[in-house]
Amino acid sequence: MKEDLVLPAPREAAADSAGEPLLQVAGLTKHFPVKGGFPIRRTVGAVQAVDGIDLTVHVGESFGLVGESGCGKSTTGRLITRLMEPTAGTISYRGKDITHASRKQLAPIRSEIQMIFQDPYSSLNPRQTVGKIISGPMEINDIVPEGGREKRVRELLEIVGLNPEHYNRFPHEFSGGQRQRIGVARALALEPKLIVADEPVSALDVSIQAQVVNLLQKVQAELGIAFLFIAHDLAVVRHFSQRVAVMYLGKIIEVGDRESIYTRPRHPYTHALLSAVPEVNLSDETDGGRRERIRLAGDVPSPISPPSGCRFRTRCWKAQDKCAAEEPPLIQISGNHEGHLTACHFPEEPTIEGRDEDIVLDPALAALEEGIEGQ
Amino acid sequence: MWIRFKRDRTGVISAFIVLIFFAIAAAAPLIAKAYGKNPYTVYADERPELFDSAGVPIQPNGGISGEFWFGLEPGNGYDVFTKLIYGIRTSLMISIAVTLAVVITGILLGVTAGYVGGKTDYSIGRVIDFLLAFPSQLFFIASMPVVVSLFVSPTDETPTYVRVVALIVVQWVLGWMSLARILRGTTLALREREFIEAAKVSGASPWRIIRREILPNVVTPLLVQSTYLLPNFVTIEAGLSFLGVGIVEPTPDWGQMFSKASTELVLQNDITYMFFPGVSMIIFVVAFNLLGDSVRDAFDPKSAR
Repeated sequence: MKEDLVLPAPREAAADSAGEPLLQVAGLTKHFPVKGGFPIRRTVGAVQAVDGIDLTVHVGESFGLVGESGCGKSTTGRLITRLMEPTAGTISYRGKDITHASRKQLAPIRSEIQMIFQDPYSSLNPRQTVGKIISGPMEINDIVPEGGREKRVRELLEIVGLNPEHYNRFPHEFSGGQRQRIGVARALALEPKLIVADEPVSALDVSIQAQVVNLLQKVQAELGIAFLFIAHDLAVVRHFSQRVAVMYLGKIIEVGDRESIYTRPRHPYTHALLSAVPEVNLSDETDGGRRERIRLAGDVPSPISPPSGCRFRTRCWKAQDKCAAEEPPLIQISGNHEGHLTACHFPEEPTIEGRDEDIVLDPALAALEEGIEGQ
Repeated sequence: MWIRFKRDRTGVISAFIVLIFFAIAAAAPLIAKAYGKNPYTVYADERPELFDSAGVPIQPNGGISGEFWFGLEPGNGYDVFTKLIYGIRTSLMISIAVTLAVVITGILLGVTAGYVGGKTDYSIGRVIDFLLAFPSQLFFIASMPVVVSLFVSPTDETPTYVRVVALIVVQWVLGWMSLARILRGTTLALREREFIEAAKVSGASPWRIIRREILPNVVTPLLVQSTYLLPNFVTIEAGLSFLGVGIVEPTPDWGQMFSKASTELVLQNDITYMFFPGVSMIIFVVAFNLLGDSVRDAFDPKSAR
């Protein structure tokens, strides 16, 4: 069903994408110091939330960033919007280095990079009216659109599917989905070129999720805005993004266009992630046959002391000595499409078809299943 | 919120009482004029026939009569009624000034500490801890003469305004900490909210974020705390004047009336002089504290009713 959906070509994308990329991130790193010790507190370690990631977002493109909780997706988003100071690496926007730019230096770019937040209940100031919230960014950047700010706010409310008459209401008068629409309107107020959407739908219930994702898709297509779409919901990202990167423990382990990642993944973690998506499948004999089944064991290792070499090796069923000794580079493996990069020494077959034997690493689950089979 | 407040009968009644007190204080000269007396007239000289040889009013209950509604003070023979309304005026003016100073300081230091965090927060926090550890009542008494002598040499007569300023300064220096602490906590919680990040992403300056995003959200604790602070300052001021380090004769003052009354209570076993300032102050402080409770309830619908 999702495959039927045709993404309209972004307006500006065709014209601009040949040129330089909109956003380029290289070796981006964020380490949070861990303080400890007595009596003198000192830095005893670092949480390596983001550890050297590279990514590129083109004009008008929607780039998805997926991974499980705590892998550094949100930190990446906050680094790119410069809400946090990167430890190392560079962020350049339209060829201009903004890695350590001050607030004043950032001023001209601020209006072009905006953000949509995860929690619509905390992202709107409860003491401001909707009109004030949405016109705030314009006020800060001294922008007076044609016909005045109020007219523009009413337009924006209409774009995001709210009644322009809601101008003077307060956020608590709205539902979660409506609040998120207000957040979208605020992000659009400055006519940005790039929106970082940090799990914009994960706080909403499923029926509202679809509405908001469709709204974002409409906005992206009609206004030609590039999106960095951060989410843990693979289905939503698949629906929304043209290119997808998979993160694990602060690193990008696989990146490629949507088709490659979802139907021809190479990294074992991507395989495991895709196989973990629950599937509504009423008949066993559907087209394409059975999906592969991989169940991982244990938790993500602590980002304070990540494993040497490949970070996924502690949970990987193909791990060998080489994986601990040598960190796999993010490269294009033979047989991959252009732009499909994988960081793995022993990549999987590019398929998600069911395999001869399921990979069940969780001992409890394995024992349980053995017991059922034995009966 | 306003509607919730209006539904609270205790709150409305106490608000009325408090307003009446403020009106009396503001209109004290007018009332005194209509009444035809002023608190500085020495009736012991003007009308010696009303007092006995010891300077005590002859009529019972401190000389209460149709002419002198609340009686006359022994000694100089000041009129108690005008003295009381002028005393309320002095006390309330000082307390309001202290409250304003405390609120401004509390906002500045509390919100700054909460928003900036780090070393600033740490140093402001330690200053607060240090000042809170002071035995404040003792410090008030000890520091009042010191502060006064900063302005006036001990040999000169101290002008009243210097005493007033000293009272305000001393209460202000030791009064802002609790409010600053509460505001720091509130700001700390607000700082992590995403709407602050949203403002930052739009390029808002820290000043704008504090002014437009944080301050409107700390109005509630601010208002509630100020309504608790003001009666507190009234009693502290009265206490200092009672102990003789605050306002002194002949300037009328609420607390100083108590000190006068207490000597009379001992000397003549007459409770009249304690009655009027005592009852009026109890009514005022109780009403103001009940008002504070109602304000808090009105702002915070979650508190159990």
